[in-house]
Amino acid sequence: MNKYYMSSLLAVFALAAVAYFGSMGLPWLFGILLPYAAVVVFVLGFARKVMGWARSPVPFRITTTSGQQQSLPWIQQARIDNPSSTVGVIVRMALEVLTFRSLFRNTRMKLHDGGKFSYNLEIFLWVGALAFHYAFLTTLVRHTRFFFEPTPLCIQFLENADSFFRFEIIYDFIQFGLPGIYVSGLVLFAAAVYLFLRRLFVSNVRYISLASDYFPLFLIIGIAFTGILMRYFTKVDITAIKELTMGLITLKALTFQVPEGISALFYIHLFFVSVLLVYFPFSKLMHMGGVFLSPTRNMTGNTRQVRHTNPWNPPVKVHTYEAYEDEYREKMIEAGLPVEKMPEPKVEKPTEEEKKE
Amino acid sequence: MKDKKWIVLGLVVFFGLLLFPLAWNMLVKAAPAPEVVLTKKAKAAKQCVMPKEYMTSEHMQLLDLWRHSVVRNAKREYVNPEGKKFDMSLSNTCLDCHSNKEQFCDRCHNYASVRPYCWDCHIDNPKGEE
Amino acid sequence: MSDETPKPDELFGKIDYRTPAKGWMDTPVNIRKGMYCYASNPKSVKNLGLPNARAWNPLEDDWKLPENWQQILHEGFKERLDKFRSIKIFMDICVRCGACADKCHFFIGTGDPKNMPVLRAELLRSIYRNDFTPTGKIFGRLAGARPMTLEVLKEWWYYLFQCSECRRCSVYCPYGIDTAEITIFGRELLNLIGLNIDWIATPVSNCYNTGNHLGIQPHAFKDMLNFFVEDIEEITGIHVEPQYNKKGADILFITPSGDVFADPGTYTCMGYMLLFHYLKEKYGLDVTWSTYASEGGNFGFFTSHETMKRLNAKMYNEARRLGVKWILGGECGHMWRVISQYMDTMNGPADFLETPVNPITGTRFENAASTKMVHIAEFTADLIRHGKLELDPGRNDNKIISFHDSCNPSRGMGMFDEPRYVIKNVANNFYDMPANTIREQTFCCGSGSGLNAGEDMELRMAGGLPRANAVKHVHETYGVNMLACVCAIDRAALPTSMEYWVPDVDVTGVHELVANALILPGEQDRTTDLRGEPLPGMEDADEG
Repeated sequence: MNKYYMSSLLAVFALAAVAYFGSMGLPWLFGILLPYAAVVVFVLGFARKVMGWARSPVPFRITTTSGQQQSLPWIQQARIDNPSSTVGVIVRMALEVLTFRSLFRNTRMKLHDGGKFSYNLEIFLWVGALAFHYAFLTTLVRHTRFFFEPTPLCIQFLENADSFFRFEIIYDFIQFGLPGIYVSGLVLFAAAVYLFLRRLFVSNVRYISLASDYFPLFLIIGIAFTGILMRYFTKVDITAIKELTMGLITLKALTFQVPEGISALFYIHLFFVSVLLVYFPFSKLMHMGGVFLSPTRNMTGNTRQVRHTNPWNPPVKVHTYEAYEDEYREKMIEAGLPVEKMPEPKVEKPTEEEKKE
Repeated sequence: MKDKKWIVLGLVVFFGLLLFPLAWNMLVKAAPAPEVVLTKKAKAAKQCVMPKEYMTSEHMQLLDLWRHSVVRNAKREYVNPEGKKFDMSLSNTCLDCHSNKEQFCDRCHNYASVRPYCWDCHIDNPKGEE
Repeated sequence: MSDETPKPDELFGKIDYRTPAKGWMDTPVNIRKGMYCYASNPKSVKNLGLPNARAWNPLEDDWKLPENWQQILHEGFKERLDKFRSIKIFMDICVRCGACADKCHFFIGTGDPKNMPVLRAELLRSIYRNDFTPTGKIFGRLAGARPMTLEVLKEWWYYLFQCSECRRCSVYCPYGIDTAEITIFGRELLNLIGLNIDWIATPVSNCYNTGNHLGIQPHAFKDMLNFFVEDIEEITGIHVEPQYNKKGADILFITPSGDVFADPGTYTCMGYMLLFHYLKEKYGLDVTWSTYASEGGNFGFFTSHETMKRLNAKMYNEARRLGVKWILGGECGHMWRVISQYMDTMNGPADFLETPVNPITGTRFENAASTKMVHIAEFTADLIRHGKLELDPGRNDNKIISFHDSCNPSRGMGMFDEPRYVIKNVANNFYDMPANTIREQTFCCGSGSGLNAGEDMELRMAGGLPRANAVKHVHETYGVNMLACVCAIDRAALPTSMEYWVPDVDVTGVHELVANALILPGEQDRTTDLRGEPLPGMEDADEG
């Protein structure tokens, strides 16, 4: 299994090297062309994948009913876990998408001495996943400061909230904490590292992990790491960077010179993001779109109340009652079972034996 | 498929959010990158306490160290690599040359959406110069 | 149980959750005796008109496949990707978080990593990536792709018949990926090249011809119920008269044929008969059985969507022919998954039937308004709620009962409180098993989805372990000695599993308990329950 995460790790290092050296000679490629190309690939790839899913119908309503059905009026229905209304489905999906409700149920099986199994709540994966996704979202949103001038107030609010905890470390050899700490970046880094260590040390999870599980994790760890480096350690010229990003977002970048003084670390950061965008639509990361379309979650459970139609529903060969009765008519009559058609009175045709006689 | 329109709608909303900054910048002309103005005094000094590249990206760190040195260790003297000595003081050293906070400090800070807390304590133009 | 099946201690000792040093793609399948079901009988496959009917043996190298089997599978895969959004999405979006890994009863009972739901699905996903995705084509194994080989095919067959389609893993999946759906799809592919198991193929063939899995012909069906009539008369002094194929009856009753055939399902069947007799005497309810639609279960569900539809068609066809108002369904597991989530879509709309109304209580079963089929636990719960049944729960006092939620009525329908309500009203001692082993988190009996054969006993006992372990807990804590359930496969599988893991616990259907408690007009003083066991306080009563 080693080879899976080693190859991914090496790939990410190689990408970093490419950006590091490449950006020295070709800053416009790494600063302008590749980011544009990445966004285009992401948008088209994402749309293509989702529309590909949309093209296939949902022939049956296969809701996972995780709670009491709507039944007799005096029985309390689980309106969210087994919804019978659109509102219920919307709430279920919202909880699924926003709070990872199904994952929250996660239990851990343990076999105890004396031969008893227990299945206790296992919350760490849920916590890690939630931390990871929300930190990523926050980080992403506050990066929009690079794409608006002036920076919108709501983004400033978010930045203020994100840097609510102010802490600085000063020693002779280390200075950390200015500009103010964004919790989201650190949480994103920590959560991604946790998710990686989990893959590494939980034997079941290591066994099922593929290179395509490690690679995006390393890439995201790399993005968070370079971001943290740039902000707190090897500072970059933020004004020059915003000049570049504003040039990108206003589509002027194609005609202008990449600003001087942007460090290679920034190009590594940007290249990682570009690679992630390109990789996204072709990978498991599409769970972002897929979670909305999962047929076991996004439909009502009242399948007996409201008919679901299947666009392809070809007729099949069935054994009709008529054929059945034809086959068993005599036995049925003998047993006193009702039949549709009484047998014709026997034609006075001599049987084989009579003929012989 | 009757759910296709919802899927398309979802995609449109998603891409709309994603590409909103692009559209916004099409409609609203973004302010250009700021140009910092150097006062006469600053121009005359030729160089800050450290080279310009260092100062643009790491000034906050320098100030942090200065503050620490002054407040904790009562050491006020800063010697730069060229051997030049400075008084570690935002008000008396930095703002001596850069007395134009609005045209100097604020321009970049606003551009990069950074809100330093220097001014929670310090007044921005102690000498009241122009 | 065959002699080769390991003893419980041995089986328990064999469980090893350590993962092998070698990766799963490098670990070839080892088709082991006791863990697989025999290959299908060619006669059955032929009768159904399914492809590649021939005698074959999974242990032999040559599976007698059609020459272009890879092409058939590839095209079958492609076709189904276009037909089922579920498959397309489930192939694409799994992140391998591992939440499902220890949710599968077969994994818990065997420790075989390929029984982790995620890996079971990866067996198919690896081929999907290789055949249908650009990353798989470019990066191959690094992207988790591998080409289809005979080894892989054998792995598919082995592990797709080690999944009971119980959907437990799907409850925990953050994307709702349903391994049952993947197994259903995988088995459908395997059927394209004639890889099935006999325990499924022959019942399906029987059901197609005679209307039920066991191949009971109409006259024999009546005969079998007549045995119960005699038994009932002996125990209660009441002569019940079940009706068959009766045109114009109010209600058509359909239940799995397993209940007609083997203990303890037979007692449940007697339970239905007593209940219907009671309702007829007291309220004039007119219920008919059918010899044509004499099977509630649907092993076609374990074959392919098409086969499922072919078998299921009989229910509506018969209801239409007999002109009943609506259909009542007996206690069965996958039968209710099919009725709840497939029947109306496949063979509906049932506009020739009426929205089910309980004529005795006036309750409209709005939740069955379109399918027009009501579960008997819903029906009985409604009767009890309205005080329409005269019950003596004391007659079940010697039974300390727990309830096993069957997979399909749980996670494919959501019926949890109705059977519990019924049990609590017909018996006084009820204790649920621990919360994470019941309701939507319930464990499979270990033998679902057509795996309850004799030759795969080790697999069944291993799969049954988590359920049995929870039963053992309530057995030791509360003295539970009776496990109630609403599934015919449970009634066939759990007694074996209980005898193996928790020998002092017996298995019963819910309506057996109902009939024990039900006070019939004009009945004699009962001294025994339906099984002929003495009622509480009657232990010393004279026989006869």
